[in-house]
Amino acid sequence: MPLLAALQGALPEALGSALPSLATALPLALPAAAEGGHSLQLLTQLTIFVLAVFLGIEVINKVPPTLHTPLMSGSNAISGITIVGAILSATTGEVTVANVLGAIAIAAAMINVVGGFLVTDRMLRFFKKR
Amino acid sequence: MNETLASLAYLFASVAFIVGLKMMSTVKGARRGNAIAGIGMAVAILGTLFHAGSIDYRWIVGGAAVGSILGAWLAYRVPMTSMPEFVAMFNGLGGLASTFVALCDLLHWSESTADISISCSTARGVDWTVALVLSLVIGAVTFTGSMAAWLKLAGTLKKGEPILLPGRHAINLALGALVVGAAIWLGGYALEHDEQTQAALAIALLGGLLGWLLVLPIGGADMPVVISLLNSYSGVAAATTGFVLGNDCLIISGALVGASGIILTQIMCKAMNRSLGNVLVGGFGQTAGGDGEKKKSSYTKVKSCSAEDALPILEAARTVVFVPGYGLAVSQGQHAIRELADLLEAKGISCRYAIHPVAGRMPGHMNVLLAEANVPYEKLVEMDQINPDLKETDVVIVVGANDVVNPVARDQKGSPIYGMPILNVDEARTIFVIKRSLSPGFAGIDNPLFEADNALMIFADAKEALLALAKGIKG
Repeated sequence: MPLLAALQGALPEALGSALPSLATALPLALPAAAEGGHSLQLLTQLTIFVLAVFLGIEVINKVPPTLHTPLMSGSNAISGITIVGAILSATTGEVTVANVLGAIAIAAAMINVVGGFLVTDRMLRFFKKR
Repeated sequence: MNETLASLAYLFASVAFIVGLKMMSTVKGARRGNAIAGIGMAVAILGTLFHAGSIDYRWIVGGAAVGSILGAWLAYRVPMTSMPEFVAMFNGLGGLASTFVALCDLLHWSESTADISISCSTARGVDWTVALVLSLVIGAVTFTGSMAAWLKLAGTLKKGEPILLPGRHAINLALGALVVGAAIWLGGYALEHDEQTQAALAIALLGGLLGWLLVLPIGGADMPVVISLLNSYSGVAAATTGFVLGNDCLIISGALVGASGIILTQIMCKAMNRSLGNVLVGGFGQTAGGDGEKKKSSYTKVKSCSAEDALPILEAARTVVFVPGYGLAVSQGQHAIRELADLLEAKGISCRYAIHPVAGRMPGHMNVLLAEANVPYEKLVEMDQINPDLKETDVVIVVGANDVVNPVARDQKGSPIYGMPILNVDEARTIFVIKRSLSPGFAGIDNPLFEADNALMIFADAKEALLALAKGIKG
């Protein structure tokens, strides 16, 4: 079964190297979270995260090697979703450290979003049948 | 109400990203998939703006305008040969954005607690602190690591050679310990004594230094692994920022990108028969060929010929397989190879291209370079698919590739590249190797293919030799 094979192959590696967050966050955060109100929120978020990783592995494993460069630039654009957090960081007009940092974050994320999607489209246009 | 709409926008965006990535599983659907992901992003941004409501938009509009213009300009200007640098830089920007957003969230928290009356309602738990620290560190490591990778790929930083500082492992371990120390300072003391900004800055700066030092010792040949790994980190950074902000869309998107980067990292490691740890320790390409062994090649019976001499054999062939390497891109010979293939096909000779996973300088790079030169994608064949056919192939033309066709990797235990999967071109009837000289590839070792009985070297620039062949076929 491709699903099982994919999980067996990729998940230990993924958990080992890409998700140090999970390994570190769990033992530290769980006891503290269990007593407070945000325990449910954290657990829900962890659930979403883990499921999304499984889904990501399943979906990405089907991308043919010939498209791996567009995949990388396209996923770069998707990681520009940080723009959403950046927008909410700079919501006043004053010149404050937070606003300047927020504006830089918005610019950086927007370069990712616009540049990433455009360059991926540019590349994918090359792939034609004769 | 606004919050519900924003949440729905985020749900839509998450679904659009997943569908978009899924459509990348076929060449036909990929372009539309990319557009769908783009629409998802636009909806997420609009939903956020709507949620924010009546706020001052000056900083937001300014940042977005600068970013959009720069992004579009870069996307249209970048040559395909420079895609690795481009992606490295973009990975870094993602890391930078994550770090800054986490810092901003901390600053806003500080402001709100300065007002005693609302401090109780804004108290944050340990989970928030942990996510904040991770977001700061991973973002910073991604940023500076990507900048180092970018400069190495662009050749600015010591021409991409590994930079081996004395005692670098001890330095990195000490830095790691300092990061942990600063995190404990932040969580255990600084937050309650209004020193959180200093602690967070220390964490980000230490993380930044660590990222830079981690990538320095890694050689140019290992850059495909590094870019893939940093790609994954940029996703993980976005996900941790999602934990900081409590935003599911960031968590999902970050997890998708993190998974994607890790899969590509694995594929690259496998294609080079290296473990991830081995790559990260660094110094390959220097240690393997070191001690002057590079210069002492021991070829004894290399046969060479000119492009003209090669013509009769080429014209008599029924099947031809090209093996392009990065050397082809360096000499800008992608169009020349396609022209030659077109001419051969007009004579009824079947032409295909054998693509090793590390043929270019990032996953799938060679495919994009050839596609740009109008090579139809169905002629680009993966290593595992074409290897069984090579025995029956009349002529193989190796252009600018070396280590990926070195039979030593298959036959000679103890060689630094032993076990690396290769294209078995030595099994073909005749092999032409177009190469400027007998100099070794990244691995710094001799290639017995060059003196095989069925191999002929054509000592020339890749593009010129291909054009000469094409001219000969035409005339």
